[in-house]
Amino acid sequence: MTNQALAQYANLSLYSAMAVFTLAMLGYATYLAGLVPHRGRERAAAGAREAALVGAGMPGGAIAGSGTTTEAASPAAGAVPDEVPDEVPARARKAAGVAGTLTWLGGFLLVASAVLRGLSVHRWPLGNMFEFAVVGAMFTVLAFSVWSTRRDLRWMGLFVIAPVLLTLGLAITVWYTEAAELLPSLKSYWLAIHVTVATLSVGLFAVGATAAGLYVAKDALQRAGKASVLDRFPPAKNIERLAYSLHIVAFPLWTFTLIAGAIWARQAWGSYWNWDPKEVWTFVIWVVYAAYLHARATSGWSRQSANYIALAGWACIIINYAVVNVFFVSQHSYSGL
Amino acid sequence: MATETPLSTQPSAPDDGVNQPRLGLRGWLRFAWRQLTSMRTALFLLLLLAVGAVPGSIWPQRGIDAARTADYIAQHPTLGPWLDRLGFFEVYASPWFAAIYLLLFISLVGCVLPRTRVHFRAMRSQPPRTPARLERLAAHDTVEVDGTPEEALAAAEAALRGKRFRVARHDDESVSSERGYLKETGNLVFHLALIFVIIGVAIGHLFGWKGDVIVPVGQGFANTLSRYDTFSPGPWVKPDDLSPFSLQLDRLDATFEESVTGRGQFGQPRDFTAHVTVTDEPGAAPRQKTVKVNHPLEMDGASAFLLGNGYAPVITVRDKDGNIVYRDATPFLAQDNNYKSVGAVKVTGATPQQLGFFGLFLPTAIISKESGPSSVFPDAKKPALALGLYEGELFPQGRPQSVYTLDTEKLTQIKNDKGTDVLRIWLEPGQTFELPGDRGSITFDSVERFAGLSIRSDPGKGLTLASALLALAGLIASLVIRRRRVFVRVSPGKVPGRTVVSVGGMAKDDDDTLAEAVEEILDAVKRRMGTPR
Repeated sequence: MTNQALAQYANLSLYSAMAVFTLAMLGYATYLAGLVPHRGRERAAAGAREAALVGAGMPGGAIAGSGTTTEAASPAAGAVPDEVPDEVPARARKAAGVAGTLTWLGGFLLVASAVLRGLSVHRWPLGNMFEFAVVGAMFTVLAFSVWSTRRDLRWMGLFVIAPVLLTLGLAITVWYTEAAELLPSLKSYWLAIHVTVATLSVGLFAVGATAAGLYVAKDALQRAGKASVLDRFPPAKNIERLAYSLHIVAFPLWTFTLIAGAIWARQAWGSYWNWDPKEVWTFVIWVVYAAYLHARATSGWSRQSANYIALAGWACIIINYAVVNVFFVSQHSYSGL
Repeated sequence: MATETPLSTQPSAPDDGVNQPRLGLRGWLRFAWRQLTSMRTALFLLLLLAVGAVPGSIWPQRGIDAARTADYIAQHPTLGPWLDRLGFFEVYASPWFAAIYLLLFISLVGCVLPRTRVHFRAMRSQPPRTPARLERLAAHDTVEVDGTPEEALAAAEAALRGKRFRVARHDDESVSSERGYLKETGNLVFHLALIFVIIGVAIGHLFGWKGDVIVPVGQGFANTLSRYDTFSPGPWVKPDDLSPFSLQLDRLDATFEESVTGRGQFGQPRDFTAHVTVTDEPGAAPRQKTVKVNHPLEMDGASAFLLGNGYAPVITVRDKDGNIVYRDATPFLAQDNNYKSVGAVKVTGATPQQLGFFGLFLPTAIISKESGPSSVFPDAKKPALALGLYEGELFPQGRPQSVYTLDTEKLTQIKNDKGTDVLRIWLEPGQTFELPGDRGSITFDSVERFAGLSIRSDPGKGLTLASALLALAGLIASLVIRRRRVFVRVSPGKVPGRTVVSVGGMAKDDDDTLAEAVEEILDAVKRRMGTPR
């Protein structure tokens, strides 16, 4: 039944994807590094200017690093006149461009890996933890890449690709399961519907959580008046809005996951809701993200606190995947471990 | 007291407390209601619901696995009873969990109903008057076009209508418009549908029932209360009204993974199919059906699910004269993935004393030095029975007991012929073992399988599903649709025959494409007036 040669090709494709993502990660890291020295120069220039104005004291202490200061200070620093508004060194821009292309390539290699895995076992490739991880990583990368075509997300690349690479590393070592047929309870077309939408939704939540985390970090650093590379990222308000727009796509998908799971549970186990640990956590995640949407719409709550709730939701997704699958006694025990 | 205090401009001492108006009972109720239906409280209750649901995934739940729960309490003599008292083994039936979700739903109703009224009015009202200064709105732009102000206004109105804005003209020089009413409609539909989800769940709980039954191959069962091994009806179910079908298990096919030998796959179940004959009511024509995992058998008023399976070795016990005192396919309960199963044979008709056999069924048997008899594969490749024998009273005081174990309180274990050790019986299919002391014999005739069927009825599931899908549709509408107002004002240009058109837009919540929307309206006006400036 199982074609082990195809399964081998699937793994080869996965290893290639990991190599490609490693290069992409280096590219994005180079891009971020390209932002930093620029800021350093600017800081020196601004510091000098300030020293000239105020006399002695507090070098760099007063730099808020807002966009307007950057633009005002750059010509003073004697930077090469550049048409590009974000004034990133050409080398860094090139690195980010290559990284973006490599991210697409890695995404397609993951698609190939999932397809080959599916062909090798004649079924939908979402039957155990290893396969969830690969497809989840695939959707994360594709969601990021597709969103990148709509707006500049180069600043985010490193923070998306690094966790993806980590997940794939765990998948191929800790969670690896031989290609094989499914348990009878998984043999249903609902597998393709329920689990695919769930992993797609998790992929979107992953990018959304990255944006939420960066927003919270940037906002906190700005409040504290500390300068960092995050100052060179888009304004905090825009990052927050990006996080929100990802979450409002992911949340209805998660709602659908919940409903489709209930329909399937009714077919497989006789009752659409059994308070199985996995169901409980799917519900908890849904409630936490619902709380995020409410918090964001409530005037009394700050955007900061709302995004902490979104991050709590992401923590629940991680627990649901890495803890509930492995350690809890559940009818969803398909980890293959 | 208060009258004796002299008037003073001094600030009151801090321990006097805040000077609050007296609320009275109605006031307090109104205050409590306001608090409960506020968004902050709803948010708090939502987070509390999430936290409250978690313990049910950590500790075993009585409703799901009573045996594991009892086991946990026995293993944790100090913590267990306390957790039990606090309802941690029945989280989803506990009063505190119910308090959270009931408060949440009361809060939801209290929030949604007034909003429905407001929205209903808004749906039938006109967009408001154009504000005096459009440049103060979130998005604003101006353009000068050829044509009279009346023509420009007509063009703007047509452009807005084309973009499905609701349009109103409160004066001669401006147009007000609003769109995205469906956003709030979706929001309200989502929340109201959640209430119906809960109603559907409640109907299922009150009028639904489920029963589990073990049916060995070749046997059947009729849908009556007495036939079920366990039966849990909802509080409002009349057991007499169960649909009168009967069901016969003809064959049970089970296959297991034999070709893939990798970690976690060898010996995994691959397919279970129960071939059954169903008779909808006494006298009706029997129908051949199959029940598989994921493919329940849908019948009138109930569905049958194949939730378990195992082995039921056919065992015959004879007395010393060779008369059959017991012959049955006896279900043994699987303990691990290789179907090492425990079971008991209770021979109540044996004389002079009742006999009870207790032990293991092993589908692919081996005996290892370390762990004794065990099974290495789930399929019946080399089946064997390993039994011990007890003698005495099987059912002391008629207490209910499991069919898989013996109550050994009034039983004594039989020793082997020499009396050196307890009697150990090892049987393979077709073999007969002569019991010591003229007690007769036991024969392992053949191996059969049994199906663990669950028969369930949930009259609320249709409502729950429909409401859930409606909630999803409402949710998508509320998240995707943008509610915005656009105002257009025209005034004569400096040159006769030209008109200044200014457009302002505002959104209910933050809206990153509002400026684009304003530009689109302006472009549409320019196109209609036919004069690029």
